[in-house]
Amino acid sequence: MGNETVHALKGVSFDIEEGEFVTIMGSSGSGKSTLLHIVGCLDQPTSGSYAINGVAVSSFNKNELATIRNEKIGFIFQSYNLLPRTTALENVELPLLYNSQVSTQERKKRALEALERVGLADRIQHTPSELSGGQQQRVAIARSLVNDPVVILADEATGNLDTRTSYEIMSLFQELNAQRKTIVFVTHEPDIAGFSKRTIVLKDGKILRDENNNKVNQAADMLLAMPVED
Amino acid sequence: MRILNLLKIALKAISLNKVRALLTMLGVIIGVASVIAMLAIGEGSKESIRAQISSMGSNMITIRPYAERQGGVRLNRNDMQSLTMDDFGQLEGKTSLLSYISPQVNGSGQVISGSENWPSSIYGVDPDFLSIRVWEVTDGSMFTDAEVKAASKVAVIGQTVVENLFTNGEDPVGQMIRFNNIPFKVIGVLAEKGENTFGQDQDDVVLAPYTTVQKRILAIDYLHSIVASAVSEEEAEAAVANVTEIMRDAHQLSANATEDFEVRSMDELISTFSSTSDMMTILLVAIASISLLIGGIGIMNIMYVSVKERTREIGLRLAIGAKGLDILTQFLIEAILISITGGIIGVILGLSATYVIEEILRWPTSVTSYSIAISFAVCAITGIFFGWYPARKASALDPITALRYE
Ligand SMILES: Nc1ncnc2c1ncn2[C@@H]1O[C@H](COP(=O)(O)OP(=O)(O)OP(=O)(O)O)[C@@H](O)[C@H]1O
Ligand SMILES: [Mg+2]
Repeated sequence: MGNETVHALKGVSFDIEEGEFVTIMGSSGSGKSTLLHIVGCLDQPTSGSYAINGVAVSSFNKNELATIRNEKIGFIFQSYNLLPRTTALENVELPLLYNSQVSTQERKKRALEALERVGLADRIQHTPSELSGGQQQRVAIARSLVNDPVVILADEATGNLDTRTSYEIMSLFQELNAQRKTIVFVTHEPDIAGFSKRTIVLKDGKILRDENNNKVNQAADMLLAMPVED
Repeated sequence: MRILNLLKIALKAISLNKVRALLTMLGVIIGVASVIAMLAIGEGSKESIRAQISSMGSNMITIRPYAERQGGVRLNRNDMQSLTMDDFGQLEGKTSLLSYISPQVNGSGQVISGSENWPSSIYGVDPDFLSIRVWEVTDGSMFTDAEVKAASKVAVIGQTVVENLFTNGEDPVGQMIRFNNIPFKVIGVLAEKGENTFGQDQDDVVLAPYTTVQKRILAIDYLHSIVASAVSEEEAEAAVANVTEIMRDAHQLSANATEDFEVRSMDELISTFSSTSDMMTILLVAIASISLLIGGIGIMNIMYVSVKERTREIGLRLAIGAKGLDILTQFLIEAILISITGGIIGVILGLSATYVIEEILRWPTSVTSYSIAISFAVCAITGIFFGWYPARKASALDPITALRYE
């Protein structure tokens, strides 16, 4: 920790409506992850406020925040954060272990479904060290979907995937967005930003642009148009 | 449901680090096993002392001269002449709390029969002695009051004496033996009694009328001790008081004079030895407890390292919705599981060790259920106590800080 106070974000102000699909872009170190952590109730701003459903997050206590994270938010970490020496299935089940309303069978069933959705049904018993970087990333995506969250926060969720697989994931996100799930997606790649209606661009912790995208690409269509490779 | 999930998580965490968990347990295992074994040894020796002393006649009361210090020199009790036949007569006549009473004089020397000889002790007593000590004559008979009065040269001998003098297996009853060159006719043989708690061979003894021993062997007219039996165990204390009173009268002691005799009941002897062995038990258990404590510190150490090492894991769990309490419970369960499992293995090991001690070393042992309960409880408490601090630390972490931890 340096002596200088780092202001990762300064004067950032915006609203996200329910059911929106927002992309956040910006160069490395511009504050994207920090912003996403605040949106995901993992971190609290040192000054300023952040409200969900009109309620200031600072008014919730630690346990209430934990419940919000557990039941309402699906978070995909930039560095995946999978538990080592734990199978893909167990990793995906994890959020449900902290939800007493979900039975053991239900938990397993939902974890399997989530892994199927990211195309990893055949790798459920593998531990992270036995999975490729992209596969690990997809396990992290499956984990964020398993609690059927209303908000999905993805921190460079396709950073490690080839074009085809990342389009498959984007198509999945678009499908979820069509089911009224709110999605905030951090990325470096402009073509990924083309899949959302709105893009916020950060620079040095400030909002550089906040613009709407009039021509949203459909990932599913682009997949069909792609040449089939072997 | 939630606690079940946390138990599952804790089990998984332990199974990921089996060797470490086992090494952590080792301290607890050794601690518990030694507490149990030590308590069993302590308790066993106490019980066997109690049983053996009781078998010597639990109502027994012994009156002996009090070995007073005279100018810094402690006199040999056997050289003190303060106990006499007068005292015996007074006691016999004046109390109703004694059922049997016998004078006693002791001598030692060589017993000879034919070409065999054996160093032994001779007790000069009267026929009541057998009832007081709860001894029995298997062959022949005990000498009678008449033989005591006549100072007859008759003897009843113990098994060890029989074995050493009558090596060809002949019947000792009716044979002549010599004790310090005084001839005695063997008229009876005592039943075998074995060693007492203090390792003394109770069969290495020759009984003869006290009159004979006084005159022929020791050439004294005083007594070494008077042994008696209280009418019942309950009356033993009253009998001791009564005997003391009669003795003070007989010795004409003024109210504040110190006694020149000592009256002891078996109960006192039992409590004396019990308290000695209690002390030993406490000492042993204290040592064993220290190893249990060290085991506990081992748990704390490992849990502490484990929390540090798994900071990122904790961060992730918090990030996906675990509450502080969930993390606290998980780590506490881990600590308790380790200590309880260690406790169970420790109990098994302790019991096996006790069994081995009993079977191979032939030490008396006695496993009490409270010793198992206590060491088990201590284990669980150790787990909670030493697991608490690291678990508490883990649960207080902030998700992002924990996730960033390297
Ligand atoms: N715990 C911290 N202590 C000090 N500075 C920090 C800390 N966390 C982040 N920063 C700084 O805040 C700034 C924003 O970091 P952030 O991780 O949000 O960037 P980012 O936009 O996600 O970058 P990237 O695209 O490389 O992931 C960076 O300059 C970083 O050095
Ligand atoms: Mg980032």
